[in-house]
Amino acid sequence: MIELALVLTIPLATALVLALWGHRACAALINAGGGLLTLVAAGALTCRVINEGNLTLFSDQFYVDPLNVFLIALTALVGFTTALFSQPYMRVEHDEGKLSGGRLRLYHSMFQLFMAAMLVALSTNNLGILWVSMEAATLTTVLLVALYRTPESLEAAWKYFILCGVGIAQALFGTILLYFAAERVLGHAGGALLWTNLSVVRASLEPTILSLAFVFLLVGYGTKTGLVPLHSWLPDAHAEGPTPVSAVLSGLLLNVALYAIIRCKVLVDGALGTHFAGNLMMGFGLLTVVVSAFYLSRQRDIKRLFGYSSIEHMGLITFAFGMGGPVASFAGLLHMTVHSLTKSAIFFAVGHAAQMAGTKVIEDIRGLIKRSPTIGWGLMLGTLAILGMPPFGVFTSEFMILTTAIKHYPWATPLLLAALGVAFAAMFGKVQEMAFGEPTVKPLAHNPALLPVFIHLGLVLMLGLWIPPYLADWYRQAAQLVGQG
Amino acid sequence: MTETAILPIPLSGQLINLCAALMLLLGFAMLAQRRILTLINLFMLQGGALFASTVIAAHSTGQHHLYWSAAITLLLKVIGLPWILHRLIRRLSVKWDVETLLNIPTTMLIGIVLVVISFNVAQPISQLSGTIMRATIGIALACTLLSFLMMITRSKAVPQVIAFLAMENSLFFAATSATYGMPMVVELGIALDVLVGMVILGVFFFQIREQFDSLDIRQMEKIKEE
Repeated sequence: MIELALVLTIPLATALVLALWGHRACAALINAGGGLLTLVAAGALTCRVINEGNLTLFSDQFYVDPLNVFLIALTALVGFTTALFSQPYMRVEHDEGKLSGGRLRLYHSMFQLFMAAMLVALSTNNLGILWVSMEAATLTTVLLVALYRTPESLEAAWKYFILCGVGIAQALFGTILLYFAAERVLGHAGGALLWTNLSVVRASLEPTILSLAFVFLLVGYGTKTGLVPLHSWLPDAHAEGPTPVSAVLSGLLLNVALYAIIRCKVLVDGALGTHFAGNLMMGFGLLTVVVSAFYLSRQRDIKRLFGYSSIEHMGLITFAFGMGGPVASFAGLLHMTVHSLTKSAIFFAVGHAAQMAGTKVIEDIRGLIKRSPTIGWGLMLGTLAILGMPPFGVFTSEFMILTTAIKHYPWATPLLLAALGVAFAAMFGKVQEMAFGEPTVKPLAHNPALLPVFIHLGLVLMLGLWIPPYLADWYRQAAQLVGQG
Repeated sequence: MTETAILPIPLSGQLINLCAALMLLLGFAMLAQRRILTLINLFMLQGGALFASTVIAAHSTGQHHLYWSAAITLLLKVIGLPWILHRLIRRLSVKWDVETLLNIPTTMLIGIVLVVISFNVAQPISQLSGTIMRATIGIALACTLLSFLMMITRSKAVPQVIAFLAMENSLFFAATSATYGMPMVVELGIALDVLVGMVILGVFFFQIREQFDSLDIRQMEKIKEE
C-alpha cells in the first residue's frame, strides 16, 4: 500500500518542488533524484506483487497485477534514465540560448507531472480515471512539445493537441458505452467502471454495446498509440519537442495507450466470445507496420525517422496482441519492454548527435564515430537492435511474433517480412552514413551522459540472450491474463 | 395493444427531449455560424441546455449526484469557459468572420447525413437503456459528430477549440442520457482536464499569433512531409 502511494506521490511532489526551483542549477539533480526515488518505490511495489499476488488498494480504486506492475517498473526505470540524460542535454540547450530559465522550470516540472499522470493511468482500477490521466498526460506533453516556441514546435503541438483531443474524445465515448453496458449488470453504485468488477462479470455484458464501445476505444487510444491512419501527430511531436521528451513519448506514453487498449480487449473478448477485437487490432496493426515502413525511407530528419520507427513497432505489438494466445501475447509484452528500452536509448544518442551537428537533417550529420565513439556506437548498436538483429531482445520478440503468424495467419507473414525488410534497408543505410564517413560534426561542450544508453542496450542484449526466470514467469502470467480471450 | 406499444412520455421526459432537440439545433447553428462572438454565445446556450436537461433528469429520477454534475456544467460551460473565451478574443482582438474550408450549405447537408447515421447507430443502445432519456442517445451522438465536422471544416484556431468544447458537451450529454452520468470522480476529473486544456490553449493562441501573425491554421505549413 505504502509502495504504491510513494510511486504516485514522489513524482507529484517532485513536480511541485521543481515548479518552484526548476530554473536553478540543481533542478536537473532534483529531477534525477525524484526519478531514482520513484524507481526504488516501483521496485519495492514489484517485489510486493511478486510475493503477495495481485493488490487492490485505496477502496478498490487502484489495482496492481502482473500486467501493469511490469509496465510501472519499466516506466519508472526509463523515467529515471531519461532524467539522467536530460541533465547534460538541457545544459547544452540552455548554454546555446535555446531555452531560458523559465522554460527549464516548465520543462522539469512538466516532466515529473507527465510521469505522475502515466503512473496513475497504469495503476488505476477505474477505467474512467484511466481516461482522465491519459488526457492529463496529453496536456503535459503538449506543453513539452511546444517548449522551444518555434513555429514548427507550435505547429506540432497544435496538431498533437487537436488530433489526440479528438481521438481521446472517441475513447471517452467508448468508456461511456462500456459504463452503460456494465451498469445494467452491476448497478450504478459506483463500482461499474472498476476493472476488477468488470472482469468478473464480463461474460454477461451486452455484446452489441461492447463491440461498439471497443471500436471507439480502439480508435481513441489507437490515436495516442500512433496507429495508421491517425498517426500523423507522432513524427511531428517527436521531431519538434526536446529529445528527452521524444524518448519518453516513444518509450513510455505509447506503451500506456497500448495498455489501455489491451485492458479493454480483455473485457470485450470475454463478452463477445469471438475474435472480433483481435481481428480489428490485427488489421490496424498490419496496416500500421506496412505504411510506416514505406514512410521510413522518405525521411530526412533524424528524429522523424525514429518517430516513424516507433509507429512501426507499435503496429507490430498491436498485431501481436491481436493474434492473441499465450505465445503472441508473451512476445507482445517482451516487445513492449525491449522497444521502450531500445528506442529511448536511440533517442539519447540522437539527441547528442543532433547537438554535435547543430542540425537534425540526416545528410548534414556525418562521422559521429570519429568525433565521439560512444555516441556513434551507441546510435549504431541501438539501430541494429531496433532493426531486430540478433542477439538483441527485439530479435527474440519479433521472431516469436513471426513464427506465431506463420502458424496461424500465414497470409500476414509475407507482408510483415516485406515491411521489416524495407525498414531495415531504409534505416540501416541512413544510420551507417551518419556513424561513419568524414566528420562534419563538432565535439560537445559538456560531457554527454551516455551511461543510460549503454544500460538500456545492455538490458536489451540480456533479454535477447537470457530472460531471468522470474521475469519470464511474470510475462507468462501477464500473457495469460491478456491472451485468454 | 397500441396503448402498451406507445407509452405516454412523462412531462419531465418531454422536457428533456425538448432540451435534446435544442442541443441538436444549436449544434447545427454553430456549424453554420461565421462570427466568433456569436459562436461563443451559441456554445454558452448549448451548455445551458445541457444544464437544464441534467437538472430535470436529477429532479425526476432522484439521482442526487446529477445535481453536482449539473453544477459543474453550469460553472464550467455556461459561465467559466465562455468568460475565458470572451476575454481571449477581446485581448486577441479577433472580430473577423470565420472562414470555412467548405461552404456552409454543403456542410449542413453532410451534417444531416451524420444525424441519420448516428440515429441508426444509437438504435440498439436506446432499446437497451432503461433511463427516461433513452431517446436522446441518438441526438447526443449526432451532436458529437456535428462538432467533429465543425472541427474539420474550420480553419481558424478559436472556432476549432469551440468545436472541441462542444464535442465535450455532447459527450457529457451522452453520458447523462445513457446512464445518468458517470461516477462523480470521473466527471470531476474530466472537468479539470477540460479547464486545464482551455488555459493551455489560451496561452497557445498568443504564441501562435506571435509566430504566424495570424490564428489561421492554414498558415501552419512549416513541417513538410518529405
